[in-house]
Amino acid sequence: MAFNFFINLSYMVGAIAFVWGLRLLSSPDSARRGNIIAGLGMGVAIIATMIIPLTGASNNYPWIFGALLIGGIAGTLAAKRVQMTAMPQMVSIFNGLGGACAVVLAMAEMVHFYDGTKTMDGAEMSTVLFTLLIGGVAFTGSMLAYGKLEGLIDDRKVTFPKHNIVNLVMLAVALVMAGFLYIEGIEAGLPLAIAFMVLTLIYGFSFVAPIGGADMPVVISLLNSFTGLSAAAAGILYDSQFMLVGGILVGASGTILTVLMCNAMNRSLLNVLIGNFGGGGTSAALASGDQVVREVTLNDAAIQLYYSQSVVFVPGYGLAVAQAQKVCKEVDDILSKNGVDVKYAIHPVAGRMPGHMNVLLAEADVPYPKLLDLEDANAALANADVAIIVGANDVVNPAAEDDPGSPIYGMPVLRVWEAKTVIVLKRSMRAGYAGIENPLFFHNRTRMLFGDAKDTLSNLTSELKTL
Amino acid sequence: MDTIYQFFNDNLLLIYLLIFTIILGFEVISKVPTVLHTPLMSGANAVSGVVIIGAILLIREAAPTDYLTLGLGFLGVILGMVNVAGGFVVTDRMLEMFKKKKK
Repeated sequence: MAFNFFINLSYMVGAIAFVWGLRLLSSPDSARRGNIIAGLGMGVAIIATMIIPLTGASNNYPWIFGALLIGGIAGTLAAKRVQMTAMPQMVSIFNGLGGACAVVLAMAEMVHFYDGTKTMDGAEMSTVLFTLLIGGVAFTGSMLAYGKLEGLIDDRKVTFPKHNIVNLVMLAVALVMAGFLYIEGIEAGLPLAIAFMVLTLIYGFSFVAPIGGADMPVVISLLNSFTGLSAAAAGILYDSQFMLVGGILVGASGTILTVLMCNAMNRSLLNVLIGNFGGGGTSAALASGDQVVREVTLNDAAIQLYYSQSVVFVPGYGLAVAQAQKVCKEVDDILSKNGVDVKYAIHPVAGRMPGHMNVLLAEADVPYPKLLDLEDANAALANADVAIIVGANDVVNPAAEDDPGSPIYGMPVLRVWEAKTVIVLKRSMRAGYAGIENPLFFHNRTRMLFGDAKDTLSNLTSELKTL
Repeated sequence: MDTIYQFFNDNLLLIYLLIFTIILGFEVISKVPTVLHTPLMSGANAVSGVVIIGAILLIREAAPTDYLTLGLGFLGVILGMVNVAGGFVVTDRMLEMFKKKKK
């Protein structure tokens, strides 16, 4: 009796640790402690699960320890080795594995149900089906997201004409199958349940296929919430309040981030999911091909930066690709030493996951008060002497404000053109992910500095040092 | 309809827990600043590894010769543990970078 009390107490402490840990994430100063507390909560719960007395159970501890060891080592090594620029990929993989684990649990329930060793009522059956569907989509969806982020998979190679209709049909078939499995009960048989699982796995893959590039932050957040929901559903199956609480918290976090990312692009979730970005929008602005692009020399750029009062960096995915965050900080250091006020303007969807740029700049030791969100950044840009754009494109496109024909019209953007001068670091004149021309590059205040962002910035550092 | 009434009445506490956790989750997480969104996501990811609890129970309750269940449980514990260990470690690495900025 007393022993069971302590076990249950441990779970409760674990759940409180999750909430408390997330609470501490509300400030960068306490965030690390929050993560450690949540981790300890998980540890306490795992130990409790190992020792909770189960009548007639054979325990099979060697299997558990073996698996814990393998998983623990693999996870820790991967987490220690990953580069900060590759964080979206890492998060996707981990997320997918969580979903896969929920699928495995639900399949084990199915196996036991159909071989007669376990009974299931309607509520339990629907929970199992829900876990399979959501967990399956989270699993294969995250794996495809990983492939896309890592550059292993080209968006165009995994989509086909009428993809969205095929997806809808697949979802409908899956739901009908789920209904059939629910109604027929044990008569339906294990093979059909396995077929359902396979279908959800294929659907997850196909669901993410049309979504790519700049929409990645939305889809990663959404898959994150799916994994949370599947964990919560598994918690109901195992009658574990601890799992339920953990899963719901993740679901809430993923949902909030999804909504924030959609708002940042002024698009509905549905619009992101059917992936119709880019197509269609033909506007007057890009029809004329006679616009002038003005280049600037490194030396001029260096002088301009060195003698300004305020400079705002605008990083984008290109910063991550070029791994230019540390050189960027070097430029910042030289300018700051000369009394220039240096800030960073971070658009919510810059990069490939929520907060991607913040992490990269933190890695480069940029103090977080220098990182401005959309609203503060636009205020700072209005008074800035120079806005220097490092690998961002769509988030600084003026067409979002003044060209109703543009596909990104209405998206809140960083108003870099309000700065006295705009310097754009860019590899070539290629359009951004959305395939939209950016009138900013032809703006009369804009000067282009072509080349790899990292090389350009380090050349800029050398120039600055000679001043 | 009767089954739904029945389910609601039988699982009242569960439903309360569900609703209050959702409210609490939204309340706590909406306070996380933009700067910390990536660590929030990877931390939440680690928390979603709670499914490992179910996988451990699955192995413990399996008969020693039921290799199908043991295999599924084994796979589940590995998947969950990669998620848990990797998630918390990677989040810690990120947050360490944020913390040392404090003067």
